[in-house]
Amino acid sequence: MQYTFIALVENKPGVLNRVASLFRRRNFNIESLAVGRTEKPEVSRMTMVVDCPNGDVDAHKIEANLYKLVNVIDVQDVSRQPSVTRDMALIKVKAAPEKRAEVNSLASIFRARIVDVATDSVIVEVTGTEEKIEGMVELLRPLGIMEMVRTGQIAMTRGANAGIRRMPGMEDNGYEYDLEAAEILS
Amino acid sequence: MKKTGAEIMWECLVREGVEVVFGYPGGANMPIYDAMLNYPIHHVLVRHEQGGAHMADGYARASGRVGVAMGTSGPGATNLVTGIATAMMDSSPVVFITGQVAAHLIGGDAFQEIDVTGITLPITKHNYLVTRADEIAEVVREAFYIARSGRPGPVLIDICKNAQIEQTEFIYPEEVKLLGYQPPARAPQADLEKAVRLIEKAKRPVILCGHGVIVSGAEEALLHFATKTQTPVASTLLGLGAFPASHPLALGMMGMHGEAHTNLAIQNSDLILAFGMRFDDRVTGNLKTYAPKARKIHVEIDPSEVHKNVHVDLPLVGDLKNVVSDLVPMVDEYDHDEWLNEINGWKYEADERSIMNWPEDGKLYVAHLIHDLWKATGGGAIITTDVGQHQMWTAQYYALEKPNRWITSGGSGTMGFGLPSAIGAWFANKDQEIWAIAGDGGFQMTAAELTTAVQEGANVKVAIMNNNFLGMVRQWQEFFFEKRYSAVNMVSPDFVKLADAHGVPARRVTTREEVDEAIQWARSIAGPVVLEFRVEKEDAVYPMVPAGASLDQMLRRPVKQ
Ligand SMILES: Cc1ncc(C[n+]2csc(CCOP(=O)(O)OP(=O)(O)O)c2C)c(N)n1
Repeated sequence: MQYTFIALVENKPGVLNRVASLFRRRNFNIESLAVGRTEKPEVSRMTMVVDCPNGDVDAHKIEANLYKLVNVIDVQDVSRQPSVTRDMALIKVKAAPEKRAEVNSLASIFRARIVDVATDSVIVEVTGTEEKIEGMVELLRPLGIMEMVRTGQIAMTRGANAGIRRMPGMEDNGYEYDLEAAEILS
Repeated sequence: MKKTGAEIMWECLVREGVEVVFGYPGGANMPIYDAMLNYPIHHVLVRHEQGGAHMADGYARASGRVGVAMGTSGPGATNLVTGIATAMMDSSPVVFITGQVAAHLIGGDAFQEIDVTGITLPITKHNYLVTRADEIAEVVREAFYIARSGRPGPVLIDICKNAQIEQTEFIYPEEVKLLGYQPPARAPQADLEKAVRLIEKAKRPVILCGHGVIVSGAEEALLHFATKTQTPVASTLLGLGAFPASHPLALGMMGMHGEAHTNLAIQNSDLILAFGMRFDDRVTGNLKTYAPKARKIHVEIDPSEVHKNVHVDLPLVGDLKNVVSDLVPMVDEYDHDEWLNEINGWKYEADERSIMNWPEDGKLYVAHLIHDLWKATGGGAIITTDVGQHQMWTAQYYALEKPNRWITSGGSGTMGFGLPSAIGAWFANKDQEIWAIAGDGGFQMTAAELTTAVQEGANVKVAIMNNNFLGMVRQWQEFFFEKRYSAVNMVSPDFVKLADAHGVPARRVTTREEVDEAIQWARSIAGPVVLEFRVEKEDAVYPMVPAGASLDQMLRRPVKQ
């Protein structure tokens, strides 16, 4: 199962390396990672999509280990929270002049845009959820995809931010452990 | 006032209360060594940077304060690596300071340039590459704070040579401001109440006392909690000393070479209270069969340890001393007589097999002589060990009453740790009797530090358990590889002559009758002494839970007729 985490980190040299090194060392598989600036110059924001074969237990491990990094300010597991997620792709498709109209109409279904036209190819820019981009790619594939690049997923929760530093294990973080002791604790 | 980066570094160390640093100079840290002459900090010139790292670690563990070790760039720094990893695995607060080539040379494979922050990224709690003098004050301040707070650990500062030389205004940061670093302090009240309810229901509870108890200074709270609830206390290797061994509720060490009754108590318990320990594979055995009937409460400051190896029912994330102190007034008094009697029955059986009750057979057993050492020193010495059989026997038979006197490499199992960590411990506690227990193999890994002990007049007694084997590996080959001995036979130098060449008084002991007198002789000398004990060659550490076996599946010492 894939989980999505947002991490706010200090904007300092080497921080990306620390995060990446942590995932390698703890044997977690990053599906996608997007890093960029935020409204505060001293803070960068990472969106990570991570494969968690053991579900919530892995998600807890990732969250807790990220907190161990001194430069990590806040971690949010947004997998279960209402949020907006976006990915962007640039897709270069083979398109002789007589095929351009077809590409154009496919693109418009996905509200994608043609951003470059060459003699026998065009570049399509598409933004949206993972599924939407996958759909666009599948439709364009028969025409011949020459090159593709994707930004990786970025995410933002809807409404007001749930707040900062919910230390895993200290407060209810929505993870579902099957508590053997549930009957006593409930 | 303007100062050089090197001066600022020393200035900050003085303000952190550093009295001693263990190090080795070289090209990339010469400005630091030059500036050092003007500051009231004692420098110990070690013989190998690994030794320096272990000394700083031993100092930290004996004093509860931050240790400091230094090296030059490149090979100096890589020689520190084993010591850094050792400190990391045992959560020991040590600040490592390495020299680095000048900032403008970085990335160009300059002479003795090695990517030290890269290498040490996974084996430090945090690390820094400092390229400018004006970063130093803040970085040093942060490094000490990070090393000692929360779950302690090593922090490395790699300082470029230009940053050591450049002059800048010295402004000491009064406060440490770290956006993303806030160690948890207390567990939420609601969780404490849940814990109380679990404790209420328990008929067969057991406390697993880990290193965290000592690190957070929670010994007193633990004692109150255990006596009030009449809960027996089993210790991890590093938790030994946190709970007095002579206390009726003390179960001694758990795990692979833990006592039989201790492991049986854990396996048969219905509630585990894990205090500052991390369910290492050496203490759990097979996880699938581990304490199957027990509910588990995990008191731990590092949330990433929660559910890591063992799934627990209730994590209490916070500083252990706070959490346990908060619990004490909340819990009721219990007696658990039935449960304690059952454990005592297992203990009685275990005692019957103990090597302590063997009839004298003229052989010299490590277990016996550790017991003799315990008696001779009144159980009050600081004990450091190397890694191997002797380490386990020392853990089993040097019964500890107090914390911070037991210094051993647990998580990393680093051979060569014993002698240097003892030297470090001496700097922390010069009035205390200190014994380093080592195997013939491990002693030779850092034996060069004997000269350091002489140069510093360090009053450490070194006891070498010479069995002519890499004993622990030999034991595994005996048990699990059909006695096919491979690369475990060791020819050693004449240890007495070796000590003599260092100017260290030394004796060889071959029988049990000589043991006590030799120990007393060593104790009567101020300064380092070496005792070589020619011990039984093919003795094995019992009980033993084979790796991956269930915790109650112990190989037991054969009963001697
Ligand atoms: C640096 C290092 N290398 C290898 C090992 C693996 N190892 C663990 S115990 C041991 C044997 C130690 O022999 P010795 O020092 O003679 O002590 P004994 O077991 O005989 O008491 C070895 C080789 C280790 N723990 N550390």
